[in-house]
Amino acid sequence: MEKFTVLEGIAAPLDRANVDTDAIIPKQFLKSIKRTGFGPNLFDEWRYLDHGEPGMDNSTRPINPDFVLNQKRYAGARILLARDNFGCGSSREHAPWALSDYGFRCIIAPSFADIFFNNCFKNGLLPIVLPGEMVDDLFDRVEKTPGFSLRVDLLEQRIVSVADGSVIPFEIDAFRKEALIQGLDDIGMTLAKADRIREYEERRQHEAPWLFSQA
Amino acid sequence: MSGKTLYDKLWDQHLVHDDPNGTSLIYIDRHLVHEVTSPQAFEGLHIAGRKPWRTDSMLAVPDHNVPTTVDSADIDDPVSRLQIQTLDQNCNHFGVMQFGMSDPRQGIVHVIGPEQGLTLPGMTIVCGDSHTSTHGAFGALAFGIGTSEVEHVMATQCLISRKSKNMRVRVEGELKPGVTAKDVVLAIIGEIGTAGGTGYAIEFSGPVIESLSMEGRMTVCNMTIEAGARAGMIRPDQKTIDYLEGRPYTPKGEMWERAVASWRELESDADAVFDAEIVIDGGEIRPQVTWGTSPEMVVSLGESVPDPDAEPDPIKQEGMRRALDYMGLEPGTPIDSVSLDLIFIGSCTNSRIEDLREAAEIARGRKVSGTVKQALVVPGSGLVKRQAESEGLHRIFIDAGFEWRNPGCSMCLAMNADRLKPQERCASTSNRNFEGRQGQGGRTHLVSPAMAAAAAIAGHFADPASL
Ligand code: SF4
Repeated sequence: MEKFTVLEGIAAPLDRANVDTDAIIPKQFLKSIKRTGFGPNLFDEWRYLDHGEPGMDNSTRPINPDFVLNQKRYAGARILLARDNFGCGSSREHAPWALSDYGFRCIIAPSFADIFFNNCFKNGLLPIVLPGEMVDDLFDRVEKTPGFSLRVDLLEQRIVSVADGSVIPFEIDAFRKEALIQGLDDIGMTLAKADRIREYEERRQHEAPWLFSQA
Repeated sequence: MSGKTLYDKLWDQHLVHDDPNGTSLIYIDRHLVHEVTSPQAFEGLHIAGRKPWRTDSMLAVPDHNVPTTVDSADIDDPVSRLQIQTLDQNCNHFGVMQFGMSDPRQGIVHVIGPEQGLTLPGMTIVCGDSHTSTHGAFGALAFGIGTSEVEHVMATQCLISRKSKNMRVRVEGELKPGVTAKDVVLAIIGEIGTAGGTGYAIEFSGPVIESLSMEGRMTVCNMTIEAGARAGMIRPDQKTIDYLEGRPYTPKGEMWERAVASWRELESDADAVFDAEIVIDGGEIRPQVTWGTSPEMVVSLGESVPDPDAEPDPIKQEGMRRALDYMGLEPGTPIDSVSLDLIFIGSCTNSRIEDLREAAEIARGRKVSGTVKQALVVPGSGLVKRQAESEGLHRIFIDAGFEWRNPGCSMCLAMNADRLKPQERCASTSNRNFEGRQGQGGRTHLVSPAMAAAAAIAGHFADPASL
């Protein structure tokens, strides 16, 4: 997993609540058996005016000029500003894959859906929860200031406005922070506890043997 | 010290290790796998040279991409076909049991687990699919995970997890005739909102929940994720035990007796404390219809499409406007005057035998309205289909003008060929009415099977009890 320490970039505002993972990456792109290549189809139904299918040449498709990420001022954005309950719906990890493939490494919102929130950390994507008023304020500033950039410092747990140096601290669970900073492999860490897992299995097999027969 | 909730007990029984860093290692008893969220996980195992920890905990089944037209022997779409072939290859390579496309037991993964007795009370059950919450109906701790976690469970049989908070939703009283489990869960979501359960594991209880069949309980738990909670559960009782007894993979003989004895202890203690508690009067629930693009945008039959101007919160107001625009609806329109182009009876929410019986009861001796372009009935599994046919339900549907299909996810998310065209309006028994969910530009109204059948006959939403 790619490490995350400090990120500086343009912030793009996606001003709607309850953005679901079907909207982040529509189902036809879930037919891929790879983890990469989803970026061009991030928010496909909002971003393009035609219907997208896997295998299309996205560079020739008609762009929806009203969609926020299609505005020049947000080109190359690395931070996504979002509203409540971002990432609700399906468990598809294709959603964080598409966001990172597009170039986002950080999402700031007042709240996230549980499975999506969890999936982000597995892919080097940092979801930051801030109180609603702070998010409102960021939306304000982003919309007023073309090129509005933020520096997200995970080590120090703070977001700094590049223009004026104002600081917003944020909370993050210590384990998740460490895993992002080090780019840790969860499976490797768990396998280091293989003995404990075997001990558990042995005990459980006595208590509830039916849990260990087929499938 | 106060007592434990059902969720606390399930958690404690599966706790392998509490790490000082605040995470816990949780043991997973059953891992269900489908073709969409597993290829990258299997690939991860390959690349790292790892093997599944316990293949006997796994069952794989293709469901999302499979065609449901009765005459389609193979899949036309090469991308879909490759995904299904990849599942085949991975299962063969790693020795994972699979109910392949031609297996009579094939169907939607959440229908199959319980049907085969692979879903049991007291288990932890995961699947790379958010509707894994369905299995909580059996008193299991069941929840959806992402593909990285699918790989993690394959490799270690465990998940790194954090305990959720406890919420109890009690549904009191008694349901009115024509009101079903689907209406109950839609009413709950309407009450607490799509993020109301975020961070919680929900236990459903109360006389209404107890009165539901296992199929009805699965419908309720299925949509827990639509209320934001990853896991929903109901304590196992005699109905649970009767449903499971004799199924292919349930324990047998003395093992069955031991298992049942342990399941009888799976309930929240009387003095257990919940972090949040919701009480709903079941007698007040009427048949539900969603009007917008989120499951919380729901009204009772007899009510009208709401007016965004009456909503004080500006963000919600904007969301409502967008939803009305997408759905092509005007505020104030009585919901029962809305006419439908398509009807879809299926999905892991409502494709079990009882759902089909409920819909067939309404369709019996009647005809699908001439204004409805297509009405699909897609059984949840090959065995549900067979059972329905042995009861003659397929005849009722076909005679009424419904199409009788093969099992799969079908128009729930339109990954196969079954989908809405832009602006087509569908009464659907599935679980998500998100923009584009059933096809780009398609408009989904979530309803119960009885309501879907009534809408098919009337051509618009209608009270199933009045037909
Ligand atoms: S029926 Fe729908 S919700 Fe259920 S598993 Fe299939 S696609 Fe997902």
